[in-house]
Amino acid sequence: MPLEAKDLSFRYKKSRWILDRVHLELQPGQVLGISGPSGCGKSTLARILAGYEKPLAGGVTLGGRPLPQKGFNPVQLISQHPEKAVNPRWRMHRTLNEGFRPDDIVLSSLGIEKKWLKRWPNELSGGELQRFCLARALGPQTRFVIADEISTMLDPVTQAQIWSVLLDSVKKRNMGLLAISHDKNLLMRISSMIIIWEDMMMGS
Amino acid sequence: MLSIIDLSISFTQYRTGLRQKTMAAVSNLNLSVAAGEILALVGSSGSGKSLLAHAILGILPSNATMTGALVFKGEPLTPERQRALRGRDMALIPQTVNSLDPLMRAGAQVRTSVRNGKGRAVQKNMFERFGLTSRDARRYPFQLSGGMARRVLVSSALASGARLIIADEPTPGLHHQVAQETLTQLRELADQGCAVMLITHDMGTALGVADQIAVLYAGTVVEICPSSDFKDQGHLLRHPYSRALWRALPENEFHPISGSQPLQDYLPSGCLFEPRCEAGTSLCKNERPELRELRSGKVRCVHAS
Repeated sequence: MPLEAKDLSFRYKKSRWILDRVHLELQPGQVLGISGPSGCGKSTLARILAGYEKPLAGGVTLGGRPLPQKGFNPVQLISQHPEKAVNPRWRMHRTLNEGFRPDDIVLSSLGIEKKWLKRWPNELSGGELQRFCLARALGPQTRFVIADEISTMLDPVTQAQIWSVLLDSVKKRNMGLLAISHDKNLLMRISSMIIIWEDMMMGS
Repeated sequence: MLSIIDLSISFTQYRTGLRQKTMAAVSNLNLSVAAGEILALVGSSGSGKSLLAHAILGILPSNATMTGALVFKGEPLTPERQRALRGRDMALIPQTVNSLDPLMRAGAQVRTSVRNGKGRAVQKNMFERFGLTSRDARRYPFQLSGGMARRVLVSSALASGARLIIADEPTPGLHHQVAQETLTQLRELADQGCAVMLITHDMGTALGVADQIAVLYAGTVVEICPSSDFKDQGHLLRHPYSRALWRALPENEFHPISGSQPLQDYLPSGCLFEPRCEAGTSLCKNERPELRELRSGKVRCVHAS
């Protein structure tokens, strides 16, 4: 069942239109890359696809039906700033296990150590927190992952580590993945198709 | 121009109640940068790169403890000397353009940092070189694009006549073209005899412009080498972490290594990279290797050859 965005239009308050009748279709098992200059609406699209933001016109459907309003969202968003995506007043084990209990194999392949679980988010670095955000996004009900600049702030080794786990899970469980990044080398490495936003061209 | 000798920086943090813990953010770090040279600091996120810049300028937070020595132009860099020299002989190009004063016109900001000669003349000269007009000089920061604001920051650093320039992540968030322009400016500064320290997590940026690369891991330097050693399969590199960085780039093999950088309050007693190193032995577990000379570079690994 594909994730489809039809005729999406969006703007914040009275600003210019950020998204203007955007169509997008993502199939299970597909890895789609999006690149484009800052401020072109990539992150807004990501937030709408994952249900964080309501479009002013158009809609998002999963297998023809609107996204569920309750329970675990099958479309999971991972963002650029993990420190803003975790509850600062929860220890890491609570954040990690909020939706489900990720298995030990995933945790060790992400390099998450047992002693990190007792820590508060401000005692860990961005790279360490991002590993948690990835682990908790890969729930049993996840069908699609939206990755919005998830490795921009990370060093190359951590970047390769995170992507290898994500791509592996996506492949094994036939999930769809939308990867947003300004790094064309990264997108060429991971995606089967890349949309370059600035000139509205599609290439593979 | 600048030598950093055995620098360690630690923080004391209060946990619940009065329990304290010590975080070793930088340990036994050795580096030097010469006039006419760009030294790029690359390495893992949270390896203490920005902290190092703050230590050199003497702007560390008050709960930080520093040991080791800083030597600038042959003399020790004391807190008094840091205060006297920063903004004159040493300048920082900060990470964000938010560092500009929002209530001051661009030209005036650059003029305040001029130490030798006539402010207006120096500022005009700088703006001409960086393709900024006299109209831009009268603009406030919010009226400038990100790229222009960045050029104002670079003009400021240059107008100060500083001989040591520290650029902290000057390129992320910039269009490719503007980023390239910024790097060209740094290269020009070095060619005019400045020493430039470029902090970045973007390997491509570093390799394109720097003469020397210092690779940091868990708060210490594991390798210093000419940037030309980063090529092919990385066989010229001396330290296994440098090779891992190189191989992990998406344009190379995109090959990860397992595990993670040790936490700052949980550093291993031996080599800091040993828990993730394929070549690790019991010797590495027990003893922290010294930084030693090897093939016109330096490495902190007993096995490197």
